[in-house]
Amino acid sequence: MIEVHNLWKSFSHLHVLKDVSLSIAQGEVCAIIGPSGSGKSTLLRCLNLLEQPDQGKILIRNQEITSPKMDIQKIRQNIGMVFQHFHLFPHMTVLENMIYAPIHVKNIPKKQAILKAKELLERVNLTNKADSYPARLSGGQRQRVAIARSLAMEPEIMLFDEPTSALDPEMVKEVLEVIRNLAHTGITMVIVTHEMAFAKEVADRICFLDEGQLTENLSPDEFFSKPRTKRARQFLEKML
Amino acid sequence: MNLHFELILEIIPYILQGLFITLEFTLLSAILGFVWGVVLALFKISHNKILNGFAVFYTSIFRGLPLILSLTLVYFATPQLFHYDITALEAGVITFTLNSAAYISETIRAGIAAVDRGQREAAIALGIPYRKMMWDIILPQAFKNILPALVNESIALLKDSALVSTIGATDLLRRANIVAAEKYLYFEPLLLVGFIYYILIISLTWVARILERRMRRSD
Repeated sequence: MIEVHNLWKSFSHLHVLKDVSLSIAQGEVCAIIGPSGSGKSTLLRCLNLLEQPDQGKILIRNQEITSPKMDIQKIRQNIGMVFQHFHLFPHMTVLENMIYAPIHVKNIPKKQAILKAKELLERVNLTNKADSYPARLSGGQRQRVAIARSLAMEPEIMLFDEPTSALDPEMVKEVLEVIRNLAHTGITMVIVTHEMAFAKEVADRICFLDEGQLTENLSPDEFFSKPRTKRARQFLEKML
Repeated sequence: MNLHFELILEIIPYILQGLFITLEFTLLSAILGFVWGVVLALFKISHNKILNGFAVFYTSIFRGLPLILSLTLVYFATPQLFHYDITALEAGVITFTLNSAAYISETIRAGIAAVDRGQREAAIALGIPYRKMMWDIILPQAFKNILPALVNESIALLKDSALVSTIGATDLLRRANIVAAEKYLYFEPLLLVGFIYYILIISLTWVARILERRMRRSD
């Protein structure tokens, strides 16, 4: 589903990604973990070209999205993204947030978009918030709306960029619950997270990034019991 | 102090007709200036060097010239250059539009820059094309923040519209001056139009406040 070949990315003189290669199968849940500043978010943001890589190739469903000829907007419609700080549109109600892109990007009839949105709101347990503005919601509720908004586009891939890092501790659970349920639907997911227990439970694979290099790419069992590199061991000691 | 408002009672309707002319200049210029200002602001944030350079240079010109100079240039130079007999209304609206767009574009640019970067990223990630993202996501949020500045600009425009009296348009101020010259009474007609300007601006402020309150609905 997703193939990354020899990806390099730098911001001015700082090399953020160094020769990262990785492939993720359809339906797989991949957790990207690692210390702050190791390039996790940058890698994730390269997958829908929110960041333009300097070198290397990214293929989504065998289409090379890094090729200049590619209609990236079309590809992005198929890749949902959830941000650390939600980024709901503050001037739209929850429902308007959810139906905007389906109507204006995918040209789905409004009635149908509303139906779909309400169904998704039910899935994230927020049916009664359809007409609220984001400012009226708690952090956990906002993030659940953000997830539902992405799902409204019916993507095949979901990217999560530290979805619980900006939340109060008591709200982390409700958001993880939603992501956990999603993992069982067969959608391909890439999750950047600091929630080790969650990564262990939900992910099929753990990618450990250290100073821009992908140093471990293992099953959760292997990674958490016997990580291969010293850096990963040190990291886990600190986190667990 | 001897004021004789009773002497200008009969010419009040004449002065009031100037109100429509003042409003016509202001309203047309405000709307056109706003649209052109948005376009210029988009030029300024674009990565296209030519558009960007044009907008920056354009703004510097209109900021660098006295408005009355631009106005007289447009009104008196157009017939000479293009052999087109421009009316005072046309000259006024063109000048005020071009001028206010230069100022508004800076305000709008700042307003767009102040919208959280994440809004753009969220829109891009959803596959929303640039134009729709700007109109439906970014600009509505920008306008909410810059509404007070836009109201200031409209007020300035309304008051600057009095400059058209210098090119012969019979707006409020010009009519007051005509009456003054006819009746040898200055204080009364000038005070009257001053009062009308004041009421207009107070009403504008009041409408803006209602608008602002409505836009704060989502907070």
